[in-house]
Amino acid sequence: MSARRRRTRFVWDAIGLALFVVISFPVYWMIASAFKPQDELNGLTPTWIPLHPTLSHFRDAMNRPFFWDGVKNSLIIVSVTVALSMVLAFLAAIALAKFRFTGRSLFIVLIIGIQMLPQAGLIIPLYVVLARYHQVNALSGVIITYMTFVLPFSVWVLRGFLLGIPKDLEEAAMVDGSSRLGSFTRILLPLVAPGLVATSVFAFITTWNEYIFARVLLNDQSKQTATVWLSYFTGTSRNTDWGGLMAGSTLIAIPVVVFFLIVQRKIAFGLTSGAVRG
Amino acid sequence: MTTSEIPGGTALAAEAALRPRRRRPFTFARVLRAAAPYLLILPVVVVIAAILGYPLYHLARLSFQKYGLFELIARHGTDVGWANYSSVLHDRVFWDVLVRTIVFTVANVALTMGVGTLIALLLTKVSSIVRVLLTAGLVLAWAMPPVVAVQVWLWMTNTENGLLNYTLTKLHVGDYFQHDWYATSFSQLSLTTSLIVWGAIPFIVVTVYAGLSQVPHELVEAAEIDGARAWRVFKDVTVPIIKPIFLVLTSLSIIWDYVKTDFGRGAAISILMLLIVAVLSVFYVRKMVRTSHEAT
Repeated sequence: MSARRRRTRFVWDAIGLALFVVISFPVYWMIASAFKPQDELNGLTPTWIPLHPTLSHFRDAMNRPFFWDGVKNSLIIVSVTVALSMVLAFLAAIALAKFRFTGRSLFIVLIIGIQMLPQAGLIIPLYVVLARYHQVNALSGVIITYMTFVLPFSVWVLRGFLLGIPKDLEEAAMVDGSSRLGSFTRILLPLVAPGLVATSVFAFITTWNEYIFARVLLNDQSKQTATVWLSYFTGTSRNTDWGGLMAGSTLIAIPVVVFFLIVQRKIAFGLTSGAVRG
Repeated sequence: MTTSEIPGGTALAAEAALRPRRRRPFTFARVLRAAAPYLLILPVVVVIAAILGYPLYHLARLSFQKYGLFELIARHGTDVGWANYSSVLHDRVFWDVLVRTIVFTVANVALTMGVGTLIALLLTKVSSIVRVLLTAGLVLAWAMPPVVAVQVWLWMTNTENGLLNYTLTKLHVGDYFQHDWYATSFSQLSLTTSLIVWGAIPFIVVTVYAGLSQVPHELVEAAEIDGARAWRVFKDVTVPIIKPIFLVLTSLSIIWDYVKTDFGRGAAISILMLLIVAVLSVFYVRKMVRTSHEAT
């Protein structure tokens, strides 16, 4: 490497590092603030690192009313939504990836179109429908609402993963005398398993993060989800408990961040696989 | 495909052997095979239709009705034809909000795509340690739940002792002591934009970078040997190859950012918004339907 080249590489690295600091700073600041004692938080001069780290904010946040209710409700809603959606979406994805049929384009337009609906405009009519089925203020109502938003997305991503499987493999299995079902369970399912995991984790994140519908559809505090709990945290506008708020935020963000780190690459691939290949 | 590789005679014989099987009369297995894709998509269609079908119908019907307090008590609206639409379309506030939404969306998408692409290009230039660090930072930002991100933003920009005010004052950008960022709608929108862009950039960077790594090295080197400068290489070699990704990402960003900036109220406005999004997304849908046909 010539001296000039090394110098330009150094400049790029410096810019890259600066960007890293700017982009990850909000996340750092959230975690750092959660560990700071009250006087460090309220001081006019911010302390960049918590000098006397404390866990009291985390204790406060967890002891606040309805925190564990929120976590429990979120977990129930998320796991049921994800499990049901994956089964249904996988079936539909097989139809899209492996069959040609009349109405296929229409189904694709439906799948993509739903993801573009302005959700705010749907809240009130959705509320009316769910009230008619007695599903307002019930976790099942939120679950089925989330499914309508998780399903189209999951069908689309799973379709991408299924298309990634070489046709020859399946055909080879058929020639070897397996039935269609046999080739499905022995060849297709193991190959698409990573895709299923990635999609369900992404569905987990979307559902866990959702806020607007949960806020509108669940009135009881004992029935609210973790994100709704966080939004009620602030209290009076004059006197916000920033330490507790940041501790609560950290607690709610942790599961999402951990899962996300595991699958982000696969999801980016699944979302654009059709486009790259076309 | 495989038959074309076999010499003509064998191919014909093979086809002849298959033919009697294909002419089988209706059997249960054949009916099942024809119905299979429909059975597979049925559950998804049923769930979506049950939960979204009626709200959409209700929304559309409501947009042609007068539905005030009186009608709420009577529990049914009175038909007013296109009156809601014409009143919305003649409402100055609607147009103001529409223009603001469009400007806001265009700004967000331009910023997200521009900055995102630049960072993706930067990733191809930096050393591997910096690349890993920067990617990790991006993924962290991407993973933050929006509700949490909003709280962090509020904390950093709060009036009394927000970090933003402190830093800007310290850096001598101006006197931002106890500056209220939520006093004017412009600075409020700017903060919202920064939050949206911060959350939306990672997906763009990761995807564009994946596309960039698909550009064959030989092509770039060949162009460089032919004396092409960096900009020419980028324009004539890299851009054509990543263009499909780029187009899809832009339309996706428009849709996602637009859906985020919903200021509208009322059924007629919702329907109009739906129509606008539909028009905007025609390109994306067409592209996806087409590639989906090619892929099978």
